[in-house]
Amino acid sequence: MTTGSLATLPPLAQGGDFFRERTGTSCVEENGFFCFQWAADNIDSYVTPTLEQLYLVVLSVAAGFVIALALAVLSHRRRWLVPPLTGFTGVLYTIPSLAFIFLLIPITGFGTLTAVIPLTAYTLQIIYRNIVAGLANVPAASKDAGRGMGMTDRQLLWRVEIPLAVPEIVAGLRIATVSTVAIATFAFFAGAGGLGEPLYSDIEFKTNVIISGGLAILMAIAFDALLVVAGRFASPWRKVRPV
Amino acid sequence: MTVLAFLDAFTGALEFIFEGQQAGIAGRGTVGGLDQIGDLTLDHIEVSALALAGSLLLAMPVGMWLGHRGKGELLAVAIGNAGRAVPELALVAFMVAFVGVGLVNLTIALLILGIPPILTNTFVAIRQVDRDAVEAARGMGFSEAGIVARVELPLSVPTLMSGVRTAAIAIIATATIGPIAGVVTLGDLILGRNVYGDDGVLAGAIVVALLALVVELSLAGVQWLLTPRGVRLQRAPAGA
Repeated sequence: MTTGSLATLPPLAQGGDFFRERTGTSCVEENGFFCFQWAADNIDSYVTPTLEQLYLVVLSVAAGFVIALALAVLSHRRRWLVPPLTGFTGVLYTIPSLAFIFLLIPITGFGTLTAVIPLTAYTLQIIYRNIVAGLANVPAASKDAGRGMGMTDRQLLWRVEIPLAVPEIVAGLRIATVSTVAIATFAFFAGAGGLGEPLYSDIEFKTNVIISGGLAILMAIAFDALLVVAGRFASPWRKVRPV
Repeated sequence: MTVLAFLDAFTGALEFIFEGQQAGIAGRGTVGGLDQIGDLTLDHIEVSALALAGSLLLAMPVGMWLGHRGKGELLAVAIGNAGRAVPELALVAFMVAFVGVGLVNLTIALLILGIPPILTNTFVAIRQVDRDAVEAARGMGFSEAGIVARVELPLSVPTLMSGVRTAAIAIIATATIGPIAGVVTLGDLILGRNVYGDDGVLAGAIVVALLALVVELSLAGVQWLLTPRGVRLQRAPAGA
């Protein structure tokens, strides 16, 4: 294992000067466990990265949900499409995020799009798989009842099958959203900002690492809780199953 | 136009991989070429394999034990959920800030990353084994260890292996940021634009992506080989 040549430390560490300006308290100079004074003075500089991260996650999960729902509806009555689509979304999921971003930069350039494409691609596997499983688990009796009421295939899908699949769909969305928050810390490599930017600008400064990482984790927890509540509203007839 | 630009970039990256180029502003001599790509790939595999082996050693026995006893479901699920919420970059940064750089520290960070999917999937896999099969084995006089090794483990290969695959992919992906923890991996190419240039960055992205796909396919093959024929036949009609 070659350990050395750190001439290669990335040029992306922008904003470093700001974060390294550790004047005043000895805590900052000594890189203490958590410098409350510094945190209180500098917390406002984390607002923009947090909002950027929030925007990336909402955009990516929403796009992933729409695409996965379309794929699932497409393969619902064409079962033979399920294995190839599962395989395809699985391959997308396998590509490491950093590699995915840098493969896209020659095509889409720096910007939000270059971050949103991989983030969206990663959500497809879990959301698609859960919608398919949810639709497959709809009781035959419910479908028969719908048909007996004279519903067309389309009405059956949107009024019976998808509503009854809500718990599985929400379970998939929760996993996808929490993972997306975590992966979105790489978005700044694509020039899309996010909490990775302050984090990466000084990874040796403990207070910064705790604030940046902590905000990302808090965001994941908040999204998760929000989706649990939304899931309950969307399926009033039963409790959301734990994942 | 973008298509042409991409082909251009891609050609440059392939040239970087197979022949090497003049170093960029911060380096000397030539960079790239199959020798260097090979070395970096081996470094990448080495740290990833070490970390994966560590996660397996720590998480599998715990998951198997909890699954066999049918206890600790909350713990297993909570660890799985918590693992997903921790950003990989934050985990490595935390290690660098609080413990320091180096191969051992990076391996520990990657190992921690691999534990949640393996632990949760092992637990779920063992737990979902048909209790009748377990009772039948117990009735035939199997010891508890024998039940785990010869009944529960073979029957749970698909779910168990999907956790191992998730962990392996996460570890390989995150080993890419090894250079920020002072460990040279293929990520050196991606993060070292001032040495390797744009071609080197793209070359690194291509090789990392290929490595992840090859590992995923190999593990899928291992899973197929380990799955008992009966389980394979049972799952086949389901399609996936």
